[in-house]
Amino acid sequence: VTQSQAQAAVDQASFQVKTLEDALKAIGGTPATSDQVSVVSPDIAENGAVVPVGATSKLPNTTEMYLIVEKNPTPLSCGFMIPAGTAADVQTRLKMGQSTNVIAVVKADGKLFSATKETKVTLGGCGG
Amino acid sequence: MADPMRIRAALAGDETTVRVLMSHPMEPGTRKDAAGALIPAHFIKDLEATHNGKTVLKAMFSGSVSQNPFLSFKFKGAAKGDKVVVKWVDNKGDSRTDEAAIA
Amino acid sequence: LNHKDVLAAKPGAGQALYDLPKFGNVSFLHFTDCHAQLTPIHFREPNVNLGVADAVGRPPHIVGEALLKHFKIRPGTAEAHAFTYLNFEKAAKTYGKVGGFAHLATLVKMLKASRPHAMLLDGGDTWQGSATALWTNGQDMVDACKLLGVNAMCPHWEFTLGEQRVKEIIEKDFAGQLDFLAQNVKTNDFGDPVFKPYVIKEMNGVPVAVIGQAFPYTPIANPRYMVPNWEFGIQDENMQKMVDEVRAKGAQAVVVISHNGMDVDIKMASRVTGIDAILGGHTHDGMPAPLVVKNAKGQTLVTNAGSNSKFLGVLDFDVRGGKVQDFRYKLLPVFANLLPADKEMQAYIDKVRAPYKAKLDETLAVSEGLLYRRGNFNGSWDQLIVDALMEVKGADMAFSPGFRWGTTILPGQAITRELMMDQVAITYPTSTLTEMSGETIKTVLEDVCDNLFNPDPYYQQGGDMVRVGGLAYTCDPNAGSGKRISNMMLNGKAIEASKTYKVAGWAPVAEGAKGEPIWDVMEAYFKNHKTIAPRKINTPKLVGMQGNPGMVV
Ligand SMILES: [Mn+2]
Ligand SMILES: [Mn+2]
Repeated sequence: VTQSQAQAAVDQASFQVKTLEDALKAIGGTPATSDQVSVVSPDIAENGAVVPVGATSKLPNTTEMYLIVEKNPTPLSCGFMIPAGTAADVQTRLKMGQSTNVIAVVKADGKLFSATKETKVTLGGCGG
Repeated sequence: MADPMRIRAALAGDETTVRVLMSHPMEPGTRKDAAGALIPAHFIKDLEATHNGKTVLKAMFSGSVSQNPFLSFKFKGAAKGDKVVVKWVDNKGDSRTDEAAIA
Repeated sequence: LNHKDVLAAKPGAGQALYDLPKFGNVSFLHFTDCHAQLTPIHFREPNVNLGVADAVGRPPHIVGEALLKHFKIRPGTAEAHAFTYLNFEKAAKTYGKVGGFAHLATLVKMLKASRPHAMLLDGGDTWQGSATALWTNGQDMVDACKLLGVNAMCPHWEFTLGEQRVKEIIEKDFAGQLDFLAQNVKTNDFGDPVFKPYVIKEMNGVPVAVIGQAFPYTPIANPRYMVPNWEFGIQDENMQKMVDEVRAKGAQAVVVISHNGMDVDIKMASRVTGIDAILGGHTHDGMPAPLVVKNAKGQTLVTNAGSNSKFLGVLDFDVRGGKVQDFRYKLLPVFANLLPADKEMQAYIDKVRAPYKAKLDETLAVSEGLLYRRGNFNGSWDQLIVDALMEVKGADMAFSPGFRWGTTILPGQAITRELMMDQVAITYPTSTLTEMSGETIKTVLEDVCDNLFNPDPYYQQGGDMVRVGGLAYTCDPNAGSGKRISNMMLNGKAIEASKTYKVAGWAPVAEGAKGEPIWDVMEAYFKNHKTIAPRKINTPKLVGMQGNPGMVV
């Protein structure tokens, strides 16, 4: 399979699963943690309804990227197919109902890798 | 029909950065209105960006992507003035296609 | 002897304090968090400023005698009074009031005489904190800063005047004179920069850069609806980019005026390279000396310059061979009795206050005890506010935000409308009465507590613990998120998770809350209490903080 023909392992049903475990299952298994993958998500969300989240991968032949918000009712938020010539570097904005881990999972050379970052969703107020 | 997307595409070196702002409610289908009734799901589910007919990104969204979704990605092989075309399709079958010239 | 004269009568006292020998060829004067205090005031430094994790006992988390010892300040001196709460009432009478722009102006002029090249930098929280700033929509401070000769500032509470007003001041009042700098504010559509990130100037032939950092959590700590189109955050990566950019443009000294708060500045200094000094604010820590933070490519000085126009920081650099070779730093307390009022500034202040004078000076009550705010958990002023909220609103308990600003009232002093407004003058003053379940109350306390005691400063939001009236609780700052609060009791009875309680509060960050402004609540209370007895301060029972040098109780 060439990269431009790569088809996602996931389908719309994958976005309805309720747990992190099932989300990973839908993507294709348990990823290995990799320092070549990074997930960009704020330390504290300014607005839980609009949290800027991105992922990058330095792994060669990265063909798919997924963003998972662990504590969301449906954790798998979005997926990206990365053809040859496109950087494994995407950003979007996601909803978060509460403080949570945000996980980027990427598929490179057919294997899964991940990185995790905690984002805090707070009630706000106070301040000096 | 949904409002047009706002698309910015800019070439720096050999890489084009594309940033897209869509206009969509992105209802996940799990929220209730004031009367307690479930608000039906209404969200963009698929998106494809092309350059000269070649796919440069495919994305799949769920209802947990924020309202008026934002997307940013980078690809190589384009020249200034080339067009980038972005198309989305939502869960109700509505779709929208917009384009921008690379600056 | 008149107390006012104690310092002034001591020959050479002012000279000893303010005569700073010239050093180097590049200088910055820095004040921060003046919170719109144009006239001299009293301000008591905290006796509780706890550090957790890496910050235990590290400046700024030392108070009282531990602070004096750490910075080698002699107890019983004017400086000891400026930097600590020790013997506050007596020392305040001995040394008199501090701050005020007319006195600050005199000090600035003195220092500029020996350092004509110096830039004057303002760390923000300048347009909020007084009645006149609120009533003039920040204009009194904007004009005062221009008259003082401020060259550049970074923002926080400025944003509570709203996007439009901030832009108007920058475009109309500041144009060509004062740079409003914030590298970490972007539009929330495409992420375009909103403000100038930095300014480059030449001092004695040396190009120097000043980069601005806004309070990163403004839309969380303050109402997001005031800045609906802007996005904040710490933005380390962009800060590194800005530092690299100004270095590439030839800057030989790079300073950041920051409103991060000191712990965040310390972490940022360890991650971003190429900054010579971060002149910090927000946490209101009067730090006599900088902390030297090492990073991958060198070191960065981190300072914090207190609050309420009480201090002026002086940073001198010796820049040779294209880089900073050495430095001197001193945080000078502004003693109103040692620094005669600058005539021009005093005339301006008198003029801008004149239309409000009668209203400001009206006595609402007299305080028998010391009223102060600053401290991690509560202050007597906050206690008075929650007492008033509970009584006037008929609540079981009351919450008051952990604001760090607010001046101090000495025993026997009249509580004028002006001094009351020093505690409550904000643009979202709504008081509230809410039914809250025991579970929600716990969630609120845990949420704020994590913003104060998360071991990673980037997960702290800045601000002290919410002040609570009526409710007793135990707090374990070292415990994990959601596990710090226990033993919540109301009138000797345990709080029940599913039971609802009437909770009064003020300063809601969500839009649409209804209720009279907090100053009306306070005035209603003062109508029935003309004499304010010393407050019994409600603070939590603390666990695991024995021996922490950030607390004396
Ligand atoms: Mn402040
Ligand atoms: Mn502040």
